Formats: sequence, C-alpha cells, structure tokens
Amino acid sequence: MSSKKKLLLLLGCLLLVSIVLYLTISLNSRNWDFALPRRIPKAAAILLTGSAIAYSTLIFQTITNNRILTPSILGLDSLYLLVQTSMVFVLGSRTLEVISGTSNFLLSILVMLVFSGVLYKLLFRKENQNIYFLLLVGIIFSTFFQSISSFMQMLIDPNEFSIVQNRMFANFHNVKTDLLTISVVIFATLALYTYPYISKLDVLSLGRDHAINLGIDYDKVVKRMLLVIVIMVSVATALVGPITFLGLLVVNLARELLHTYRHHDLIMGSMLLSGIALIGGQLMVERIFNYHTPISVMINLVGGIYFIYLLLRERKG
Amino acid sequence: MKRRYLIVALIVLSFTSLFIGVKNINILDIIRLEDDKIQILLISRIPRLVSIIVAGVSMSMAGLIMQQLTRNKFVSPTTAATVDSARLGILVSLLLFSSFSSFTKMVVSFMFALAGTFLFIKIIKSVRFKDKIFIPLVGIMLGNIIDSITTFFAYRYELVQNISSWLLGDFSMVIRGRYELLYLSVPLVFITYLYANQFTVAGMGEDFSSNLGLNYNKVVNIGLIIVALSASLVVITVGRMPFLGLIIPNIVTIYQGDNLKKNLLPTAMFGAVFLLFCDILGRVIIYPYEISIGLTVGVIGSALFLYLLFWRDQ
Repeated sequence: MSSKKKLLLLLGCLLLVSIVLYLTISLNSRNWDFALPRRIPKAAAILLTGSAIAYSTLIFQTITNNRILTPSILGLDSLYLLVQTSMVFVLGSRTLEVISGTSNFLLSILVMLVFSGVLYKLLFRKENQNIYFLLLVGIIFSTFFQSISSFMQMLIDPNEFSIVQNRMFANFHNVKTDLLTISVVIFATLALYTYPYISKLDVLSLGRDHAINLGIDYDKVVKRMLLVIVIMVSVATALVGPITFLGLLVVNLARELLHTYRHHDLIMGSMLLSGIALIGGQLMVERIFNYHTPISVMINLVGGIYFIYLLLRERKG
Repeated sequence: MKRRYLIVALIVLSFTSLFIGVKNINILDIIRLEDDKIQILLISRIPRLVSIIVAGVSMSMAGLIMQQLTRNKFVSPTTAATVDSARLGILVSLLLFSSFSSFTKMVVSFMFALAGTFLFIKIIKSVRFKDKIFIPLVGIMLGNIIDSITTFFAYRYELVQNISSWLLGDFSMVIRGRYELLYLSVPLVFITYLYANQFTVAGMGEDFSSNLGLNYNKVVNIGLIIVALSASLVVITVGRMPFLGLIIPNIVTIYQGDNLKKNLLPTAMFGAVFLLFCDILGRVIIYPYEISIGLTVGVIGSALFLYLLFWRDQ
C-alpha cells in the first residue's frame, strides 16, 4: 500500500471518528431518541456541503490553473445574500411565514443559475476568452450586488435584520430533510457525470497548450466543468449559506499532504479533509463557543490566515 | 477630456447640489439674506458639497497613486484591502475606544488601513507572476480575509448591521460638526502634487528608479501612507465608494497617458464631478427621499467598469 493510500485511509478513519464523536457526544439512554434524529441530518448536511465545496473548488483551481482561487469569487455568495436581503426587505417580518424553506431554496438556486448562465453566455460569446476575465467580471458583479444589499440592510428594521444575519453565515442547525434529499440527488448526479472527466483533469493541470497537444478538447471540458461547479456551489450555498474559504483551505491542505497531481487522490483527500474540518468546527461551535460564533466565520478566519501564509511562503519556495 | 469642460461641469454641478433639497432655496433668498435659509446652507448644504468634492478628489487621487506605484490599472483602495482594513479598524475602535472622540477612532482606523495596504504591497512583491488581473484578485481575497476577521468579532458583539451601515457611502448625514475630519485630506493633495514626479519614476520599477537616483522605498512608503490616510478618512467620515478610485484614474489615463503630474488635476476634478453627479442623481430619483451614494456609485461604477473592461480588451 502506497503512502498516499495510507494517508487517505488515515483521513477516512479520522472522519469516521469525528462523525461518531459528533453523533454520540453526551448521549445517554434517556435522550438518544431525541438527539439522534436531529444530529444525523446535520451530519449528513455537513458531509454533503463539505464534499460539494471541496469537489468544486478543486476542479475550479485546476481549470484556472491557480491555487489561491475559490468559486465563490464568481459572485454567487453575494448574489445569494442579495436574494435573502431582498426577501426580508420586501416582506419584512412576514418573510418566514410567506416563504417556506423549500421555496427559498429553489428560488435561490434558480436565481444563481440564471445569473451564471448569463455570465457564461457573455463570456464565451467570443472564442479564447481569458478565464481571469470571467473572475474580474464576477468580482465586479459581486461588488454591485453588495452595494444593493448593504443599502437594503441599512434600511431594514434591526429585528428583521436578524433574519438576514442568520442567513449571512452558513449554519447547519435547521437543515430540512427533504431539501437534503434533493441536494444529495443533485450532487450524486453531478459527481457521476464528472467521473469520466477526472482523469482528464490531470492533463488539464498541465496548462492549456499542453492539454490541447495531448488531445483534450480544452474549451469543451472547461465549459462543462464550469457548469458543474456553478451548480454545485449554488446547491451548497442555498442549502446552508456561504462558506467562502472552506474550499481554499481543504484543497490546499490536501495538495500539501498528498504531494500529488492525480485528481482521483486529491478529490478523495480534499473531501475527507473538508468533512473533518466541518464536523470538527461544528463540534467546537456547539461545545466550546456555545453557538456564539457561526461556523462559516470560524472557517473563513482559519482559511484566510492559511491563505496569507500560502501567499507569503511562495516567495521563499 | 478638455480641462475647461471639467471646470464648467464642476461649477454647474456644485450649484445644483447647493440648491437641491427638501427645503427649497433659490439664489434670491441668499441675496435677501433670509436667515433660516442661510442657516440651512451653512449647516447642511455647503458641508455636503465640500465633503463630496474632497472625498471625490482624494479617493480618485489615491487610486491614481496606487495604480502608478503597482504598475497595474486594476488596483485601487477597494481592491487592495485598504478599505476592508479601515473597516476592521472601525470595529476595533467601536469595541475598545467607544468613549473616545471620533478623532481617536479615525487614528485607529488609519493604522489598520495602513497596515493592510502594506501587507498587500508586501504580498504582491512576493508573488512571482504578475498578471494584470491576478494582482487585484489577490487584493480582493485579502480583503475578504480581513472582512472575515471583522465579521468574527462583529457577530459576537452584535455589530454586524451597525458596521455595515457605518460603511455604506452616504452624504445625507453630513452636517456641520460631523465631517471636518475630511479637511485633513487637503494637505495630502498638496503632498501628492509635490511628489508627483517621484511617483511617476517609481512606477517604472525598483531597479530603474534606483538607477535614476530615487530612494524607491521612501517614495513608495510616502505614496502608500497618502493612500491609506485618504482612504481611511473618506471611509470613516462618509463611507465606502466602491470603484471610485478605480474607474476615474483609468478613464483619465486612457485620454492622457501615464504622466502622473499631468493627470493629477484632471483626475481630481473628474472624481469630484463624478461623485457630485452620483449624489445629485441619488437625491433626485426618489425625491424627497434619498438613495445613498454608495448604491448609485456602485451601480454606475460597476456598469462603467464593465464597459471599460470590454472596451479596453478590444
């Protein structure tokens, strides 16, 4: 067994241990039938979002050929916040009554997909468009969305703002089981669909020219992968809320630990790490911080510091 | 971009700005020296006009200096973590120095803005491959990180909405006694003018400018201090103006090339004109209410910038 396989196995065990720990901590004979049905969907949602984010970030970094990017830079996070803010802005305190969790979920996904569709059309209208150009356009749109949301946020009544604030940060507390099922189905379909492409990604990471020389239909693969990424990120964001730096953190950690360019291993590694980070983070939020800090803020903090470290280290390396 | 058009636009818009508002004032009232109307002018309208002009001038000049020093047209205080760091500074001063004067708060915020900008410069110096779009990406990511630190604490102390409205660009709260800090950016404008040629040379790169006998690090540091100071002054007194420092210098350099000294005046005036225009627009659209300028600048700025990107690409 190679050292990579061993490492993956170790990560798998760690994940298993943390899941078991999460499900069973302070469980006893009197409360298990109350606690378990609540903890299991949470754990499932965590694993699902973690995997979706790790998966999409890895593919995104490969097609952009850049290790410090995450798909959330495309502007989907701020669009999601804009949708949530406008709902509360229009409906006020009745938001929770009028719009159910399911319709909110579907609406958010729909808006994000339509937006990415438009962006996508705009960008690939011309041949050979620089992918960085897409990013810059995404960033401009996200500033645009932020301007509108922060204007509305200023006008919203502080009590109603708490509804917005709840959705500004990813949390796993109120995940609905039926939404979870839909998301699992979408994620599984996409993962199956991209499976044959994973080995092509190894070639893609050599860069555009080499990939074309080696017989990859570069533009086609990149376009399809972008589509997959966008759907995955939209689903994960609509399910729990935005977690910007998670993907960055786990994918880079996976690269660091595994020392490989093979995407089969990298995908496994980053998904496992993602699960460990989220479940561990959730344990800390629940047991140490007593719910005072949302998990996404914590992940962003750790991920962000790691990002600066990565950037500064490149100079010496 | 003729200079006299800019001057005419500036004067016309300034007068428009003075005479737009819920309370109707016309020139005759001033000539007749009607007391209450003069009071309104002195307490609200003139401070507003002055602060818009000062903010427009200093933000666009800060953008120009940054673009010159980093040799990158896509860098500005908004895309270089300066504004996000200033915001972290505001949070810290709200938490730790809440009873101190707003001057203390500004100093704290300035320190943070300066540190953030230096961090950004340090990082882009160390990144080996300098793609023109990659650099602002680094800045934006860095800004996101600093933002997440801010959010971490803001969330704990229930300051999320407070901070977000603090920073929304808004001139409607500008009245006498609440904006005077902005005057501190006036000397900055003169210092910029004094150093303009040095900045131009420094923009040619470290080796080249050292060959020409320039103390490169000193000039860069002066430039960054000016940028951080003006950005934090504006953010603290009136809020953030997305893209202002980015679009204005770009439009001017398209017409005039890269001589900083020649560009300073048109950039400054154009910045003021643009901001005045956005402000007047925001005051007119849903009269007698106001759309805050952060929104109008954000919308018009994004549209202009997108246009610029597609246009320059061809």
